[in-house]
Amino acid sequence: MAASSRAQVLRLYRALLRESQRFGGYNYRMYAIRRIRDAFRENKNIKDSEKIEELVNKAKANLEVIHRQDHRLWLFSPRWACTLLNYF
Amino acid sequence: MLLWRRLAALRAAPAPRRLSAAAPRPAPGQAPAPAPGKAAVGAEPLSGRAAAAAEPEARARPGRRSAGPPLPPAPDGGSSSLPSGRSGDGGGALRPLYMDVQATTPLDPRVLDSMLPYLTAYYGNPHSRTHAYGWESEAAMEKARQQVADLIGADSREIIFTSGATESNNMAIKGVARFYKSRKKHIITTQTEHKCVLDSCRSLEAEGFRVTYLPVKKNGLIDLKELEAAFQPDTTLVSVMTVNNEIGVKQPIHDIGEICRAHKVFFHTDAAQAIGKIPMDVNDMKIDLMSISAHKIYGPKGVGAIYVRRRPRVRLEPLQSGGGQERGLRSGTVPTPLAVGLGAACEVAQQEMEYDHKRISQLAERLVTKIMSEVPDVVMNGDREHRYPGCINLSFAYVEGESLLMALKDVALSSGSACTSASLEPSYVLRAIGTDEDLAHSSIRFGIGRFTTEEEVDYTVQKCIQHVKRLREMSPLWEMVQDGIDLKSIKWTQH
Repeated sequence: MAASSRAQVLRLYRALLRESQRFGGYNYRMYAIRRIRDAFRENKNIKDSEKIEELVNKAKANLEVIHRQDHRLWLFSPRWACTLLNYF
Repeated sequence: MLLWRRLAALRAAPAPRRLSAAAPRPAPGQAPAPAPGKAAVGAEPLSGRAAAAAEPEARARPGRRSAGPPLPPAPDGGSSSLPSGRSGDGGGALRPLYMDVQATTPLDPRVLDSMLPYLTAYYGNPHSRTHAYGWESEAAMEKARQQVADLIGADSREIIFTSGATESNNMAIKGVARFYKSRKKHIITTQTEHKCVLDSCRSLEAEGFRVTYLPVKKNGLIDLKELEAAFQPDTTLVSVMTVNNEIGVKQPIHDIGEICRAHKVFFHTDAAQAIGKIPMDVNDMKIDLMSISAHKIYGPKGVGAIYVRRRPRVRLEPLQSGGGQERGLRSGTVPTPLAVGLGAACEVAQQEMEYDHKRISQLAERLVTKIMSEVPDVVMNGDREHRYPGCINLSFAYVEGESLLMALKDVALSSGSACTSASLEPSYVLRAIGTDEDLAHSSIRFGIGRFTTEEEVDYTVQKCIQHVKRLREMSPLWEMVQDGIDLKSIKWTQH
């Protein structure tokens, strides 16, 4: 398999963030976005192509997990989210 | 950058914009729902701001089927015509923030993902040896066992699945005591253990065992010298929990393990609150028995595990008789989906431990610093250093705990452990660490977990400060304290 290019990694990053937007529950959504961002940021300086491959595969697997989720299951009463956001 | 603008917009628009179209393929085994798109989507209470945007979208696609069954309506009425996000404190239909992770934790989506196949398509009994349904379930169960073992540095043959930490505790204490009862009749435990441990010990006392309940110091930790002194020639078991669920104190498990090994006594620890959050190694810490609970580490409720050391072998008398599953120690069909969930939760916890711990420590520091800087006369129960940061128990002097909890109705908090919250007595753990009764009644436990956000912590802090100040203003005791009167010197008249 060809080495993962920068473009591919960025595409994966955007796809992950886009999929996490669909989480119905506030906590899960915020966690997914935060975790994805922090994980990509933490690994941004890795140069070893094997390690990059491994991380890219892990990211793809996680993307599948998020995509498979029935997001409405986590959607119980998100109204309180408005309370929080109106407050700040 | 475009991405940042999108992220900012994201925080302001909680509901997903494309509802029915975005629904993924149904999980294997689920029948396609007959419900038309409108009913399934419109039944959910949508967030106010996005409701106006989403509703026309949903109605514009009446023929579109959303995959998956229609959801049950939200318990508080589920009316989607609620006015837009105007909060106010009287928002009775709003769902509170969850700050009670010591009671239970939400399921991690990765855990649910691993469980779903075994709840739907792969439903075989793992103990069926003759067909593929059984083999695949057994394979999943063994994989889960290995995942649990990897988290604690054990061998997978040493893990037995149970129905939860309560059953594991019962098995460990009663099982070990009864097996060796011809020669050994003494058990050592502490006063701050979980109710199930204390109750098991009490029932063993009725069977003729002697139990020493070690007291704890003011900071919640046990005194190692007292532990040494408590050993007797016929001590069979020492049981000390790793992280306390009410005050969050972390006992010196390494040292206790050493002492127990030196005295050749079995060491059991209830690690339900510790596992997956702090690194645990059964060989390093010389632990012989350990109780694990799934629903404290973002796994499903109803399953747990017990670690039973094989070298040197720990023998147990099984509590539950039956077909001899789980090495004869715990008969009964192992619930494959739940066990798989526990395994997945352990694996995720191992990967996320460092990240979570760092984040939870930061949030906990933030919460405690903010509250203590704004409000005087707040006591943190339990040692400041030897603790798990995500469990914070604060006592607010001159404020009644129940009224503070009622005031903080849009935050889900607890004033003690869930299993003792029904009684009116103050928590026995707080009493054991020597808290005054009035302070014990005004204690609140804040739990911070993997999914807790900074905004939730800030909101909780803000509300807590606001209500503590308000309640203190109403309190005559506070007035007296402000005037410089020493409350302990008052002689309250009897009527």
